[in-house]
Amino acid sequence: MAEIRFTKEHEWIRIEGDTGTVGISDYAQGQLGDVVFVEVPEVGKKVSKGAQAAVVESVKAASEVYAPVSGEVTAANAALAGNPGLVNASAMGDGWFFKLKLSNKAELGELMDEAAYKAYVAGLG
Amino acid sequence: MAETVSTAPLKHTPLHDLHRELGAKLVPFAGYEMPVQYPSGILAEHQHCRAQAALFDVSHMGQVTITGPDRAAALESLVPGDIAGLAANRTRYTMFTDDQAGILDDLMVTNAGERLFLVVNAACKAEDIAHLQHRIGNRVTIREHTDRALLALQGPKAAEVISRLGPETLAMKFMSFARASLGGIECWLTRSGYTGEDGFEISCPDDQAEKLARLLLAEPEVKPVGLGARDSLRLEAGLCLYGHDIDRTTTPIEADLGWAIGKRRREQGGYPGADIVRSELASGPKRKRVGLQPEGRAPAREQTPIVDAQGTALGSVTSGGYGPTAGKPIAMGYVPAASAKPGAAVNLVVRGKPLPASVVTLPFIAHRYYRG
Repeated sequence: MAEIRFTKEHEWIRIEGDTGTVGISDYAQGQLGDVVFVEVPEVGKKVSKGAQAAVVESVKAASEVYAPVSGEVTAANAALAGNPGLVNASAMGDGWFFKLKLSNKAELGELMDEAAYKAYVAGLG
Repeated sequence: MAETVSTAPLKHTPLHDLHRELGAKLVPFAGYEMPVQYPSGILAEHQHCRAQAALFDVSHMGQVTITGPDRAAALESLVPGDIAGLAANRTRYTMFTDDQAGILDDLMVTNAGERLFLVVNAACKAEDIAHLQHRIGNRVTIREHTDRALLALQGPKAAEVISRLGPETLAMKFMSFARASLGGIECWLTRSGYTGEDGFEISCPDDQAEKLARLLLAEPEVKPVGLGARDSLRLEAGLCLYGHDIDRTTTPIEADLGWAIGKRRREQGGYPGADIVRSELASGPKRKRVGLQPEGRAPAREQTPIVDAQGTALGSVTSGGYGPTAGKPIAMGYVPAASAKPGAAVNLVVRGKPLPASVVTLPFIAHRYYRG
């Protein structure tokens, strides 16, 4: 069964074997408001944990999306180019940003599970 | 309107409690806590204004009246607009300039009969009033109306809604002024706004503001709209935001606001920076504010560098983002006069990457003012 982890910067990563699918949380899309543009990384790009990997823009502002863990980009969500609103409509599903082949699975241990993330968001008021 | 950085407590408008009740997201803006959006979100609010009628709280803006027989000539010593030639019950857009023709603020001036009624930007209002006092305070009486709220109702249904509350408003045309009773509340109305749509700015006593707002919101066409959509609406309409598209470093001619300087003022001058304006009108400004249409989907935000095909700097974006009605990213910025012709190709450097864009004629969305 796939496990999901969250960062304090509100990215999520769903792990299946050596691959992780990355997006931003439902809380994050709510804070951003209407998403009008997403820039996803190119396939083959190597990203390190915490480095900027994508950009998400609402009407108001641009925000950086960081790689939750290190790895190599194996896929990017092409649907977001024509329909960036998928991030609002389905942040945890069809609004995913990119997939990574993980280079260091131990980094997952530093991320929050769903219950911990829920508590973290509740604490943000 | 420049955001001011200050540790002072944020001021509230008379509609603050109502904004909270309506679920607004409140943010600091020019020293006030203001609604940036309501629960429906900026995109829906923007579209609502283009389709129906949007209610904005712009009570943070400064409302000033100038009285005294010398008022028109006195104000003309500070602005390039034709104030002496402004007919009774008419409104005009102008700007305060400095000796270098830099813009200190932009404002609306109404000839309200026995007085001039000015609406100035929130972030500039203290300096504007000090400037007025210092320069013409010996010639006229200047009064800031801190006891009045300012609401804007904008959109194609605005006139129908307002006329239901005050039938005498039907006769008003774009950039005209009237005193009228709306639902029993004595208001000063101008048929104006900053969205590119038909609409009204409505000044009323602060203790009546919530009642007026609720009366307007009770009409089926009206929804509350925040400053977020106000910004995307005015950008689509090609209108300048003070502190961003215009400031002390830009002249009215560079900003392509020469239309606001009438023939008599062009010839006679008599306002700060008039010689510079005259020379820029004669030989053209060195740089010009233009519309910029990115070819791709990436928005180019304020301060994005504008470069030519060789990568040489041309200028920078002063306002940019996504235009909900345009359905694509849009921007404005300054480029040298030689690159300012519509169709000129430029690159906008977004996150280090030069993205192709063209210079385009403003506005992005045609104005729909009611000219009768």
